[in-house]
Amino acid sequence: MSRGKFVERVLFLLALSSVSSLVIITVFIFLEGLPLIFHTGLKDFILSSHWAPTKGFFGIGAMIVSSLLVTLVAMVIGVPLGLACAIVLAEFCSETMRRLLKPTLELLAGIPSVVYGFLGVIWLVPLIRDHLGGPGLSLLAAAVILGIMILPTVISISIDALTAVPDIYREGSIALGATQWQTVRRVVLPAASSGIITAVILGMGRAIGETMAVIMVAGNAIKLPASILDPVRTLTSNIALELGYAAGRHREALFATGIVLFVIIMILNLSATLITRRR
Amino acid sequence: MPPPARGKSRPSAASLPAFRWGSLLLALGLLLLAGGCREGAKSVGHAICVAGSTSVQPFAEKLAEIYMQQHPGLRVDVQGGGSSAGIYAAQQGAADLGASSRELVPAEKKLHEIAIAWDGIAVIVHPSNPLHNLTMEQLRQLFQGKITDWRDLGSPPHAIDLITREEGSGTREAFEHLVMAKSEFTPSALVQDSNGAVREIVAGDPYSLGYISAGLVDDRVKAVSIDGVLPYRDNIKSQKYKLVRRFLLVSRVPPVGQCQAFVDFILSPQGQRLLEAEGLVGVKE
Repeated sequence: MSRGKFVERVLFLLALSSVSSLVIITVFIFLEGLPLIFHTGLKDFILSSHWAPTKGFFGIGAMIVSSLLVTLVAMVIGVPLGLACAIVLAEFCSETMRRLLKPTLELLAGIPSVVYGFLGVIWLVPLIRDHLGGPGLSLLAAAVILGIMILPTVISISIDALTAVPDIYREGSIALGATQWQTVRRVVLPAASSGIITAVILGMGRAIGETMAVIMVAGNAIKLPASILDPVRTLTSNIALELGYAAGRHREALFATGIVLFVIIMILNLSATLITRRR
Repeated sequence: MPPPARGKSRPSAASLPAFRWGSLLLALGLLLLAGGCREGAKSVGHAICVAGSTSVQPFAEKLAEIYMQQHPGLRVDVQGGGSSAGIYAAQQGAADLGASSRELVPAEKKLHEIAIAWDGIAVIVHPSNPLHNLTMEQLRQLFQGKITDWRDLGSPPHAIDLITREEGSGTREAFEHLVMAKSEFTPSALVQDSNGAVREIVAGDPYSLGYISAGLVDDRVKAVSIDGVLPYRDNIKSQKYKLVRRFLLVSRVPPVGQCQAFVDFILSPQGQRLLEAEGLVGVKE
């Protein structure tokens, strides 16, 4: 076998290993979690909010709702910020500004989530407790932290979408007498819409999957939240909090929680792929 | 399908392929956990691995530190992971000694257990909180979610920020066993995953109430008396204070060699004094 052929084979095997690890993880999660879902019944598992795993109650309803609520509020905070940032960087910014700002924003993605969580605990949580009430550890605290954490994802994908719009569109619009803002709002944004929606969906996936920062600031109470200042437990926090100790059915229930999370994230990623492809 | 496994007992479902895969995965995890120990065994020659309860961990680390000073060339690795993980690691032989802050359940009774210290569970509030005593009944009702406002405890009205530990924690299990009388914790309680995290929140939030190992109470939080008894050393030793549990070391076989020497050190007057200095109550006179 020639040297080139050999290297090619090795690289192919290495590439395959990354795909197979995905397959193995999927198979593991389902093998571990499905027995519990069959045992409890899918309906009781997903709709009940009674979670007392050592007493035989496995209902993650409140956590599914909490996860979705935290993500929703995080999107409300993060998407306008991120989109505004992307528009400025892609359309209005001078080249030097962009060269300065873009790497700074990408640095935001490199900050470990535990640092975000720590900042949340020592700064954001007391702020919420003292000025808005409640224990401070809350849905709001988690959503604000996540809103900031998804910025790099939302911004960088949005910028790609905006810069992918051909310059002819802009030139045509300006030639017709539109201002630069009118051009962005009426021409560039609609043309880039599928890319921006993808950015939002991937940001959502990031928010729903984040664990460490959320455990630190969300309070982790099992109850369904009645207000934005109530503590919540998300699907990811539930797994991370209890996996260290869990055995038997309890452990299966945590893997089953993982299945639900897996399905949610798969749906998000698939829809992102579909929307991108439509373009 | 087999009946649901209750408590910490392992499922009898060894026939399920999923379970076999599961044990494989768990074994892998434990291998990683024990990785530090094994590595030590190679590089130093002698190493003892202690894994388990996060409540015992700081005390075990202290003991290990002193013991290693006295025995250069020997390494004692101390790891967290939780009581159940520690017991499991001891059963599998992944750790020489498992540390537990809860009593063994019948299925685990074939392990060799060594009590090393008594520990009180202190109920803590913010130092500015006027509360200084709770009855056992009030404590139970607090964690059952029947008392939710400080008004009901004679303090100025404000919602109580109740903090508990995560399912499976040794401290939570001991608290549940001693206080809750088979009832469930209220789902409204905040859940934190370590003694330190609970203490941190109580130190910052004037309206919170939580429980931690009595050895870890410091001046940033205030321990309240239970039925008029404060979690002081003498009260814990005499069991006058009601919320008391044992710290255990467990092993698959009675410890031998280096391991036994370490256990003997912990139970020696010097080791027990060290534990007392750290806020625990020794089992030996």
